[in-house]
Amino acid sequence: MASIDASLAPASSRPKQPGFLLRLLSRPSALTGLLLLGLILMAAVAAPGLYPDDPLDMVAQPFLWPGADAAYPFGTDMLGRDIASGLFHGARISLLIGVVATVVSIVIGVGIGAGAGYYGGRIDAVLMRVTELFQTIPPFLFALAIVAILQPSIPSIVGAIGITAWPSLARLVRAEVLKLRHSDMVQASIALGGSDLRIIVLHILPNVLAPVIVTASVMVATAILTESSLAFLGLGDPNVVSWGGMVGAGREVLRTDWYVASIPGLAIVLAVLALNLLGDGLNDALNPRQRQR
Amino acid sequence: MSILSVDNLTIEFRQKRRVVTAVRNLSFEVARGETLAIVGESGCGKSLTALSLLGLLPPTGHVAAGHIRLEGRDLVGLSEPYLRDLRGRRIAMIFQEPMTALNPVLTIGEQIVEAIREHEAVSAAVARRRALALLDRVRIPDAARRFDDHPHRLSGGMRQRVMIAIALACSPAVLVADEPTTALDVTIQAQILSLIDELKRDSGTAVVLITHDLGVVAEHADRVLVMYAGRKVEEGQTDDLLARPLHPYTRGLIAARPDPERFLEGHRDRLTEIPGMVPPLWDMPTGCSFAPRCSFATAACALGQPPLLPYGDDASVACLRTGDIRAAERIPHPATAG
Repeated sequence: MASIDASLAPASSRPKQPGFLLRLLSRPSALTGLLLLGLILMAAVAAPGLYPDDPLDMVAQPFLWPGADAAYPFGTDMLGRDIASGLFHGARISLLIGVVATVVSIVIGVGIGAGAGYYGGRIDAVLMRVTELFQTIPPFLFALAIVAILQPSIPSIVGAIGITAWPSLARLVRAEVLKLRHSDMVQASIALGGSDLRIIVLHILPNVLAPVIVTASVMVATAILTESSLAFLGLGDPNVVSWGGMVGAGREVLRTDWYVASIPGLAIVLAVLALNLLGDGLNDALNPRQRQR
Repeated sequence: MSILSVDNLTIEFRQKRRVVTAVRNLSFEVARGETLAIVGESGCGKSLTALSLLGLLPPTGHVAAGHIRLEGRDLVGLSEPYLRDLRGRRIAMIFQEPMTALNPVLTIGEQIVEAIREHEAVSAAVARRRALALLDRVRIPDAARRFDDHPHRLSGGMRQRVMIAIALACSPAVLVADEPTTALDVTIQAQILSLIDELKRDSGTAVVLITHDLGVVAEHADRVLVMYAGRKVEEGQTDDLLARPLHPYTRGLIAARPDPERFLEGHRDRLTEIPGMVPPLWDMPTGCSFAPRCSFATAACALGQPPLLPYGDDASVACLRTGDIRAAERIPHPATAG
């Protein structure tokens, strides 16, 4: 009799819950976000194939309005550079900087947050004071200062955004880890002789992943915005084309030829919107309370 | 030959301004293949004792005196890396709440494999085979299929089985079970405890069973240790202790249980309760800590702690009045009886 557990039978016959991807795709906001992001990603991948030449080259007469010449669907700017080519290549730079800077932030933020939350006490106090120190400096001005000192280049921009964006993530991770630190699950693994690192990596971080993923998707959007703002102010890498740099260049002719600034501006809006929609959808799809239904 | 021996264990807690003694001069031994039940009401220090056996006291608490010897080695004062090596490998613990003690994001198989590989350098394939065998041993039906299930697909009883499998992954010498069935249905309770009994018989693991359920004690423990307000008040063989409790507190505990036979006979008695409350840890009476609630107490009981004295061959009790109570009930003391 002992081998039969009556409550087991319903568990095995319970219909399988829809997978995570299905749950995500069933949400219109997430679907829209994913589609937009897919388009931007395709543009980034297709850029070298479609526009093999440097997008900073002058290829046609300046101020060619969109639609005036079929070869230049988005027209040309005041130096006769192809805006369409800039958009495609700019997508590469924006995504690259957004993703890499976010990875840098996650590494710092999760590391500091997990350490502070898990060990508590003095380690927590020190790590949190450091975090607060970073939080007292406006992140954009901080990034601006770093890039200005290090000279604008892709590594310096990525580093500056990564170093300034992590504090909120660290606080989020710390709060989640604190919640789990004294859970039965963690106590049980300590009672089984698990080492700190193993418990953090194997038992705590996977359970913190959902909010981190959601935050990360929004952080990529923020990083793209920050990079654009830096480039707009002339602190972008001068050797590559970036959406923010294009907006900045178009600013001077905004009253006569507004499309020069608006088209890359629209690209930034769409990218940020896509990532925010995706973050929203991820939040819903990863939320265990919604999963119960 | 005892595998675990606790000697004069005293556990203290630092509170804001005072130091509170939660467990005082506790001694007991557990032999291979034996189940010792530690019984007492909430707050008597039984769970703290269990945690101290694994060196897992909360940060504000510490072992102030005494020794905990596991296979001859004193765990008190042992540094964290050594303790970590022993935990799970030589001494393991099962917790009260199987619903929350498993990691929801890992499959049960992964969690057992993890427990094995934490202590032993075996390949993933070997660990997997052993984990499957363990699932079989704790009677998880269709273990191979269940291996890749996440904990939320399992019932409470099944999860507790998985917890037992994890605890037994490295064949520990001592298994500490802190109220392992409190969160489970009564029918599942019996299954889980029988499973622990069976595994204990097969492997010779010693079991320290923390419980407040005297029914569980009667069925599954070889010996019983009764704690009251941080002290051992009585210890004895299960059958003797339940049939002829010596300490007034033990009597009270046994009398406080409902009697189903009387109920079926139509009696609707109120349950007997022990009057009064457990004294707070920071305000212990100078004498016997049970004296204020004890119907047998005399003036002498309030003067000093009654010593824990042996009673017969294998029992001990900390009560000044044992002899008088026995005499009044015409039960001969084993020392004077023929």
